[in-house]
Amino acid sequence: MSIKVDFQLDAKGFSCPMPIVKTKKMMAELVDGQILEVLATDKGSKADLTAWAETVGHQYIGTVEEENVLKHYIRKCSNDMLDEKTFEHTIELEQVTKREGLILDAREEVEFAFGHIEGAKSIPMGELEARLSELDKEQEIYVICRTGKRSDLAAQRLSAHGFARVYNVLPGMTSWKGTLIKNI
Amino acid sequence: MSVLKWSAAQVAEKVINNEELIILDVRNADAFEDWKIDGRKFEYLNIPYFELLDGVEDILPEIPTDKDVLVVCAKEGSSMMVAEMLSEAGRTVAYLAGGMKTWSEYLEPIKVGDLTGGGELYQFVRLGKGCLSYMVISGGEAAIIDAVRFTDAFTSFADDKNVKIKYVFDTHLHADHISGGRHIAAATGATYYLPPKDAEEVVFDYAPLIDGTTVQIGASQIDVGAIYSPGHTIGSTSFVVDNKYLLTGDILFIDSIGRPDLAGLAENWVGDLRETLYKRYRELSDELIVLPAHFMIIDELNGDGTVAKRLGRLFAENHGLNIEDAVNFRSIVTDHLPPQPNAYQEIRQVNMGKLTPAQDEQTEMEIGPNRCAVR
Repeated sequence: MSIKVDFQLDAKGFSCPMPIVKTKKMMAELVDGQILEVLATDKGSKADLTAWAETVGHQYIGTVEEENVLKHYIRKCSNDMLDEKTFEHTIELEQVTKREGLILDAREEVEFAFGHIEGAKSIPMGELEARLSELDKEQEIYVICRTGKRSDLAAQRLSAHGFARVYNVLPGMTSWKGTLIKNI
Repeated sequence: MSVLKWSAAQVAEKVINNEELIILDVRNADAFEDWKIDGRKFEYLNIPYFELLDGVEDILPEIPTDKDVLVVCAKEGSSMMVAEMLSEAGRTVAYLAGGMKTWSEYLEPIKVGDLTGGGELYQFVRLGKGCLSYMVISGGEAAIIDAVRFTDAFTSFADDKNVKIKYVFDTHLHADHISGGRHIAAATGATYYLPPKDAEEVVFDYAPLIDGTTVQIGASQIDVGAIYSPGHTIGSTSFVVDNKYLLTGDILFIDSIGRPDLAGLAENWVGDLRETLYKRYRELSDELIVLPAHFMIIDELNGDGTVAKRLGRLFAENHGLNIEDAVNFRSIVTDHLPPQPNAYQEIRQVNMGKLTPAQDEQTEMEIGPNRCAVR
């Protein structure tokens, strides 16, 4: 399947250390929150990219293998740690699956693909305003992301557009212990 | 400053001679934790290469200037990069050609001793993986026992010694490394022997190796006699060579004993293991020199790099031979087993001839430490 990413890096045929060296260089071009897809044939690149991303604080989303090509997905995070959650209506993560409303996942498409809560609807933060018509103002909406930051913003925007029954889910997917649905 | 390129043979020399060496391993922490180049006097620094992409200045204080420094990675590329960075920072360091991959494949042939009538016995020490193979040479002929998959190492050694390989044996169906046995036999016209009880699923022809199988090598007639000694596998067989050496396969090691679970039948085979170690082997002469198919830790190496010890001393010193209580023994060898070797089930399939992976896949399967023993 093809998945929406912001940048793609072709490191096929390169052996260690080049996939990581090139990824590091490329990541400098991205702005926070953007997604890079790295294509590599070096089998060791998976373990190394995962460890490297953790070291520098980027979010390693996942890897799929298609016809001997590894596709790695990384999201740039450099000051993701600062969280200023301001939306006042919040709901605890464990409550969302017990209620009737809609779980709205504000993460990027590829993050959603690598694991989300069953029944959740995916609308990445950046697409929210263009896709408001897909949402029902009468329904309760629980906005979730990875840590609660993007969902906070998304909830604020929904509220500004007249959605009255919106909640920010805290904490985010990083604390989800239940089943993860994958579609990649 | 210059960047030196060291071969695996140069590193092997340092291991065997107990020399000092600083190893800067730039692989992932997990990979380093799993296995590394072992040396009695080696010191280690593990700093993944991807933490050094912005420069090596921060680690310079940690790297001694008065000792040899070897940078090591998985295949070579990253260690070369880090070595060059260190060189630009004014240090003289070496990197390991071919990285851990090559280290895992390197074989050091070491002479164990002379045999009756001018024969010789060689041990091929695979330092990176802990595998030990053997070549018995006498009167222009050779027999090989437990050959690893690098068949050239054996055939070219035989060429150098001007001997013809007549017999190739595997003491059992290996689960931790890919055997080179039948490939050597096919290339040289030698007869390949395998214990039939381990070979029920193999898809190639072999000669049965059973209790009492004896071959003679060369005109001087060195005896290689088989003793059925099950426990690691149901077919495991040992050899007595020239009434002097006991090749134990994966049943008995210098500082540990074989594990019975790699074919999934620990409960069934633990009794056989006990019988072999506590009855069959005790009927043999204490003076036999034990030559196992593996070593686990570098301390098992003798001063000359061989792995060999008198059977009598093992009876006195090896913990696995000194567990009086049979119930306790059963619990130790079935309940407290270390993790199984990497890809051991696939490796067994390869050794049965059912899978024929490409070279780099074989390398991948054999990655990681040897784990055939219970200590």
